[in-house]
Amino acid sequence: MKLFKILGLVALILTLGAFSAKFTSVDEGYAIGDVATDFSLKNVDGAMVSLSDYNDAKGFLVIFTCNTCPYSVAYEDRINALDAKYKQQGVPVIAINPNNPVKKPGDSFAKMKVRATEKGFTFPYVLDEGQEIYPQYGATRTPHVFLLEKTSKGNVVRYIGAIDDNYQSASQVEEKYVENAVDAMLAGKEIKVTTTRAIGCGIKA
Amino acid sequence: MKHLLFSLVFIMMLVVGCVEKPKEKGEESTTEQVYAKAESETSDEVKFPIYDYEGLKPLLYKDDGKTYVINFWATWCKPCLVELPYFEKINAEQKDNNVEVILVSLDMPSMWKSRLEPYVEKKGIESKVVILDDPKQNDWIPKIDETWGGGIPATLIYNKDKRSFYAQEFTYEELNEELNKFIN
Repeated sequence: MKLFKILGLVALILTLGAFSAKFTSVDEGYAIGDVATDFSLKNVDGAMVSLSDYNDAKGFLVIFTCNTCPYSVAYEDRINALDAKYKQQGVPVIAINPNNPVKKPGDSFAKMKVRATEKGFTFPYVLDEGQEIYPQYGATRTPHVFLLEKTSKGNVVRYIGAIDDNYQSASQVEEKYVENAVDAMLAGKEIKVTTTRAIGCGIKA
Repeated sequence: MKHLLFSLVFIMMLVVGCVEKPKEKGEESTTEQVYAKAESETSDEVKFPIYDYEGLKPLLYKDDGKTYVINFWATWCKPCLVELPYFEKINAEQKDNNVEVILVSLDMPSMWKSRLEPYVEKKGIESKVVILDDPKQNDWIPKIDETWGGGIPATLIYNKDKRSFYAQEFTYEELNEELNKFIN
């Protein structure tokens, strides 16, 4: 009986290994369980922001988003709410604009400052200068969320995807993917849904 | 008399059955659908068909000898608008090769009247335009293609023999090149 359990576990690990390898090679971004890179990117307040600045954090909600995408705009209030709820629990939001301002003038650093002030962003809103960070994460659209957990081996990717299952209206949401993932992570439980898809704006590099 | 009563009850059961059925169907449809329906009804007669994924699905699996080029786009998506003329061009040029372009708009309901309709009219778009309005994106995106994360523009080309999905922008040349793999 014990042998069966062990065999099952081995099979599971092998399958998971095969899957993560497959997804990594296809998407050229992170899979669940990968260690995410740190960065040093300029915030709208002029300061440089890195994950390593946050000594007391238990994790991070790294959200690739921008000024110009209607889906990003539709989620701005919900991103503020996520930061309000989870910063105090040790999982702050860090928003990264991955778009190249030369190709998308509406996503320039100056316009980011304006948007951050207008919406009263409570979290850093940094520009991926040179567009070097988002491809490493494998972000493909805005908004695109990566939940990281700080561990001894680095910031491990725990969830990739959408904030929830209804962009049109926060009140119609049935599944709060990100909240469920952060709650599970903080409680030391297994995250049930680790990747989700959503329509969004392709990133313009 | 007994017979009459019996058949009366039988007829009543039939009638009730008939009335019941659509009600059951209504209960099956989610609140989102009802919501979307109510919204589309108030937005007085949008010119294009409005589908949820199940409604769109038949257009993704036609088996009539044609090659279909399905482009997912929206008026708020700038790179989509850049490549839209290429799809229009292909639709016109390849008609005789049994090719049909279908433009699936992912514009939000608030934009159907204010942006989508005027845009299609202004540009004189001839390809078939349909609206996909299904908030359960995490359910239907992988059904369109397992590798698609949901960023647009994105394009599906298929016929009865072959099927390819492209989560990318196209130039006119690239689009022709891909399409040629289907029609030659």
